[in-house]
Amino acid sequence: GTKLDTVKSPLSTTGEDLTPYQYITNYNNFYEFGVEKGDPAKNAGRMQTRPWTVTVEGLVKKPKTFDIDTLLKLRPQEERVYRLRCVEAWSMVIPWVGYSLSEFIKECEPLGNAKFVQFLTLADRKQMPGLSQSSINWPYSEGLRMDEAMNPLTLLCFGLYGETLPNQDGAPVRIVVPWKYGFKSAKSIVKVRFVEKQPHTAWNDQASNEYGFYSNVNPNVDHPRWSQKYERRIGEPVFKQRRATLMFNGYGDQVASLYNGMDLRKYY
Amino acid sequence: MPNRLIVFLKVLVHIACLAPVMWLAWKFWQASTTVPDALGADPIAAVTFFTGKGTLRLLVTSLAITPVRRLIPKLSWLIRFRRMLGLYAFFYACLHLLTYVWLYSNFSLSAMINDITRRRFITAGLTAWMLLVPLVLTSTTWSIRKLGGKRWQALHRLAYVSAIAGVVHYWWGVKSGVRTPLTITLVLGVLLLARPVLTYLFKTTRSRQVKAQPAQL
Repeated sequence: GTKLDTVKSPLSTTGEDLTPYQYITNYNNFYEFGVEKGDPAKNAGRMQTRPWTVTVEGLVKKPKTFDIDTLLKLRPQEERVYRLRCVEAWSMVIPWVGYSLSEFIKECEPLGNAKFVQFLTLADRKQMPGLSQSSINWPYSEGLRMDEAMNPLTLLCFGLYGETLPNQDGAPVRIVVPWKYGFKSAKSIVKVRFVEKQPHTAWNDQASNEYGFYSNVNPNVDHPRWSQKYERRIGEPVFKQRRATLMFNGYGDQVASLYNGMDLRKYY
Repeated sequence: MPNRLIVFLKVLVHIACLAPVMWLAWKFWQASTTVPDALGADPIAAVTFFTGKGTLRLLVTSLAITPVRRLIPKLSWLIRFRRMLGLYAFFYACLHLLTYVWLYSNFSLSAMINDITRRRFITAGLTAWMLLVPLVLTSTTWSIRKLGGKRWQALHRLAYVSAIAGVVHYWWGVKSGVRTPLTITLVLGVLLLARPVLTYLFKTTRSRQVKAQPAQL
């Protein structure tokens, strides 16, 4: 990728060894490019990330379209190291580059009745061979409650390891929500929609008993097919991989209050 | 088929079944010490799929022998490889189970009991493995004699049930929308259908021959 000028961020996670670049860029779930972990690295190269625009619609003062180069320069690019916990029980530590999604949302000027924000990924059969390989309800849709989206940890992400995102990691712009399972962080975003009702999301459509709308990292709520108590840290030797999964992926101090009074077993 | 050729082929089959396991063991050793990516980014998942797919492939191959023999009588000597393939299928199944017991569950009995009772894909997998156990125990020539051909054969039809349970385990284990188990499912389906279809075809060709005579008169 192209080098990005970054500043350090106080919101960066410390005390973790970074997962090597080769794993972050060769072990991906990005079903638009195929269902195997190696498929995105193989197939995403043909995706055109310039020109690229992000359309903002729904409950906003007025609909807008942002060019990717405008978005890149909207705020200073920060380096944010976050743990990433996949719902499949593996994890990584990734030095992302971007700025808080809240900064972008302010530019969108949502209306008072906007309670949720929905993100839609590019779905182009010419560039994405995986679209015909699985029964997912394309385009990939994800969403956050407004207060989740406004939390400073939620990142509008343009890069990793100080460079622009490789295509397989969601170039040119994606979301990163570090306290939720990885699939909540939509990649290669073309549309942002502000809505009043909870939007439908791709994996919830596919298997609602396995992938809830909230999908907060939670060691106490099992996936129907495996326990979420432990995770395998990618890039470590086999017998050092296994570690306990932390509530909210270790970001409880910043986000637990968002869910006060909610039964997280019911709203998994 | 001369005996010496059979022996030679058996050695080849042994190598074909053992070499992948040795390769896996070597790569696993590397992945646990100096080369973390020797088995890719997620070595535990890699070992799981390697041993699981290996089990199903061997099991299905062993189940292919009878239909192939019936279809091509010249290949009747293949029967001499069936037990071997079945036993190797069980060997791979044990490695697959060990992966689960050791690498996933870290030998935690409570975690495993929890899984077996609550996760149908684990239950199906364990069922598939357990169904192979009586087959392995009665795989000796002595057992065939002791049980008698008919009863032994009836018991060993469990191999089909085990393979079905194994394929179900595979489907339930992968994410919804993923179709990787499709190939092995189709192959098993064909093999399951092959027996009744072949029996029916042989019957009809025989009866047609009988009926053909008066028609010609």
